[in-house]
Amino acid sequence: MRKEFKEKISRAVNDPNLTGALGKFSEAYKVNRARAYEGMDFEALRSEIAEIKSSAACHLDEVAATFQKNAEALGAKVFRSSDPQEVKRYILKVAKDNGVSTVVKSKSMATEEIHLNPYLIENGISVAETDLGEWIIQLAGTTPSHMVMPAIHMTKEEVAELFSKEIDERLSTDIPRLVKVARNELRPRFLEAQMGISGANVAVAETGSIVLVTNEGNARLVTTLPKVHIALVGVEKLVEKFGSVAAILEALPRSATAQPLTSYVSIITGPTENDDGSQKELHIVLMDNKRTEMARDPKFKQALQCIRCGSCLNVCPIFRMVGGHVFGAVYTGGIGTILTAWFDEMRKSEEIQGLCIQCGNCKEVCPGKLDIPEMIMEIRRRLVKDQGQSIAQRAIFGVVNNRRLFHGMLRAASLAAKPFTSGSFIRHLPLFLSDLTDGRSLPAIAAVPFRDRFAGIEQPQGKEKAVFYAGCLIDFAYPETGMALVKLLNGAGIEVVFPQEQTCCGAPALYSGAWEVAAQNAVDNIAALEVEGADYLVSACPTCTVALAHEFAKTLETVGREQWVPRAKALAAKTVDLSTLVKRLVDAGRLSFREGEELVKITYHDSCHLKRTLRVSAEPRELLAKAGYELTEMHECDTCCGMGGSYSMKLPEISAPILKNKLANIKETGAPLVAMDCPGCVLQIRGGFDKDGAGVKVRHSAELLAERLREEE
Amino acid sequence: MYERFKMRAEGVGAEVHRFATKAETAEFLLRFLEGEGVADAAGCYALCADEFLREVIGPARLQAVPGLKFEVSRSLASRARFGISRMTWALADTGSLVQDQSAVAQRLVSSLPTIHVALVASDCILNGKRALFEHIDPLKSRYLAFVTGPSRTADIERVLTIGVHGPERLVIVFVDELGGEKP
Repeated sequence: MRKEFKEKISRAVNDPNLTGALGKFSEAYKVNRARAYEGMDFEALRSEIAEIKSSAACHLDEVAATFQKNAEALGAKVFRSSDPQEVKRYILKVAKDNGVSTVVKSKSMATEEIHLNPYLIENGISVAETDLGEWIIQLAGTTPSHMVMPAIHMTKEEVAELFSKEIDERLSTDIPRLVKVARNELRPRFLEAQMGISGANVAVAETGSIVLVTNEGNARLVTTLPKVHIALVGVEKLVEKFGSVAAILEALPRSATAQPLTSYVSIITGPTENDDGSQKELHIVLMDNKRTEMARDPKFKQALQCIRCGSCLNVCPIFRMVGGHVFGAVYTGGIGTILTAWFDEMRKSEEIQGLCIQCGNCKEVCPGKLDIPEMIMEIRRRLVKDQGQSIAQRAIFGVVNNRRLFHGMLRAASLAAKPFTSGSFIRHLPLFLSDLTDGRSLPAIAAVPFRDRFAGIEQPQGKEKAVFYAGCLIDFAYPETGMALVKLLNGAGIEVVFPQEQTCCGAPALYSGAWEVAAQNAVDNIAALEVEGADYLVSACPTCTVALAHEFAKTLETVGREQWVPRAKALAAKTVDLSTLVKRLVDAGRLSFREGEELVKITYHDSCHLKRTLRVSAEPRELLAKAGYELTEMHECDTCCGMGGSYSMKLPEISAPILKNKLANIKETGAPLVAMDCPGCVLQIRGGFDKDGAGVKVRHSAELLAERLREEE
Repeated sequence: MYERFKMRAEGVGAEVHRFATKAETAEFLLRFLEGEGVADAAGCYALCADEFLREVIGPARLQAVPGLKFEVSRSLASRARFGISRMTWALADTGSLVQDQSAVAQRLVSSLPTIHVALVASDCILNGKRALFEHIDPLKSRYLAFVTGPSRTADIERVLTIGVHGPERLVIVFVDELGGEKP
């Protein structure tokens, strides 16, 4: 990443106004959104929307042609273009033909996308944004930092300053007064403008209608008062049937601003009469700008299901730290990264795609059912494919793809790190694991890795057999977690097998876009883990479990090594995370915990992959409660801890404040102990508490459960 | 249905009233306007895009209220304090009103004045958008308008503020004996 990009990030995370406003908003949003959807079947609604939008995206050209035919039959003029320059020229021509000198606009991301305002202004036309947030950023001369709340990064003091200059009067920071200033200043502009420009939230092919959703009432004025109205519509807004509008109206306001419905919705079908009796000149510009190309790409077609609600920004733990401006483009956040990669060019997204920590929050709330993390992974893959890996990455993954060398280096690290070890933490982890220790200590590499300890444990024979996949962190940094897992399974009479040839699960390579490296890791692991007669393939690392259960087959398929796919799928079918397996064993009466002791209060941190990919969150809680712990929930228990594998090394500027929030939420519960099911989260959070000094113990659930195991006979 | 609508509409800042007869409604409207200081001056008068008052109230009583205007124009609307119109449907699940506002006068009186007074027939309350879509036809209604509470923004520091470009107040008056399009 370039230094300038890193600097932009640092400025953003250290801007208390920005992070304060975004943080407050995103916390409130979660609660309010849930309330807005209360009593509704969100899954059914978003399936309906995904179906509606995907169906239109399948034959965009035809749907656009139907829209054109129907809208023109009603008297609208429809202009279709794939070229932003041509769109701008058309709009200017309409303005010139109608003698337009002033324009009022309601909020439209499509006009931002093509930088329409500066173009019109250069050509002598005065343009006023009328959405309050857009007007503020127009006066400030900046770009929107959020799709729905463009000026969320600004304080009332800054707004008062801007407005004071604009009306040449000293204004206080009283918000209702500032809003009134906007009303009074913009009202004459509405009345005198000869042309109104809007976007559209939906365009209906069947009826030639456009739908506008606003809260302020500006779109009603923009489409009513001037004699000419131009609506600039991205073709992804098209739906086939009028009835589909109802579904989108159910979801859009709820997901965007947690409102059951915005103050105003206008459904405009063809031109209406102006107040002087003349017919309004209605132009609808259907803009493609790479959208059809996107629809043809099997990996990115789903992006056209987006209804532009911005909920992916609202729930993103990264966006809440950095805001929209670090994205350096019109569209921001998760969806913004994808749109920038397409509308601008893939290379433009090289830095911003790295901002995604792959926590999966956005996928949970998306009303269009977009898998944004997956699309960002695909961008990474294509970037690496086109441009190759960096030299540093090539060196790292060269090592990771050679198990003997990789493990040899990890063993060497345990010796090399000795002089720097303080307690169980070292100040500088050697080799490729960077020297980052800001706000977090890193674990020492264990003197004896799990793989060397395992041989000493006698295994029960004859009943069931589980293959244990440790993953690098448990194997080399936290062997005690592996020992706990073995104790739990042995307790139920299950024989544990540990194939020595197992190696890195490939997640670090995969999440960096190095799919070939990940595929080789998959192949090596498949060969190692196929054990005759095994009933389970079990892991105590959710990221590794996801690799085994989902990613191996997908990765091998993508890179064209199909011959391995059936074997990957066979292993996936046996794969289970430790919590789920132990819960089953407890329910079956094969494992139980000691009773009678009162244990300390405990809080539980949900790991991203466990909760949102593997859908496991109740099991570890129930097990810990059964083991005698009194569970108390922390605020935002399932928000990412900021680890994200190598993310915390690449973007410590963002990872550190996310961790800080997590630590604060844990401390707030007053529990002296926090449990989790992921060794990566343990690394991050335990390291954080080591630096923080709060004395909260951080443990993998497996260890807590193994300690409480009732050992019969 | 009415109670649900009222709760939702009040939840988003609208004021909701209900009267059994047209006469009671008309009396309420006049008293409301007088109470709010309606007058025949810019920024004080009321603009009606509906004949309701003229139909129900005699000319003598109407003339006693200064600042009641029935000829809607853009310039009059831009200086009116009150806009009075009839809305066709009410949606219980979101507290919204819906009307075919293809006629520009309907939009002028409901978007430019500070206070919008909306008359609705009590038997035109529908459950929600899905039910509404069974009744509306965009080819017949060229400008369908949904209004849910007053104009609002939260663009400055996420603080909810009422009355940006549209009305600051939305006063909804249900009339039981106002015949509407039956659901």
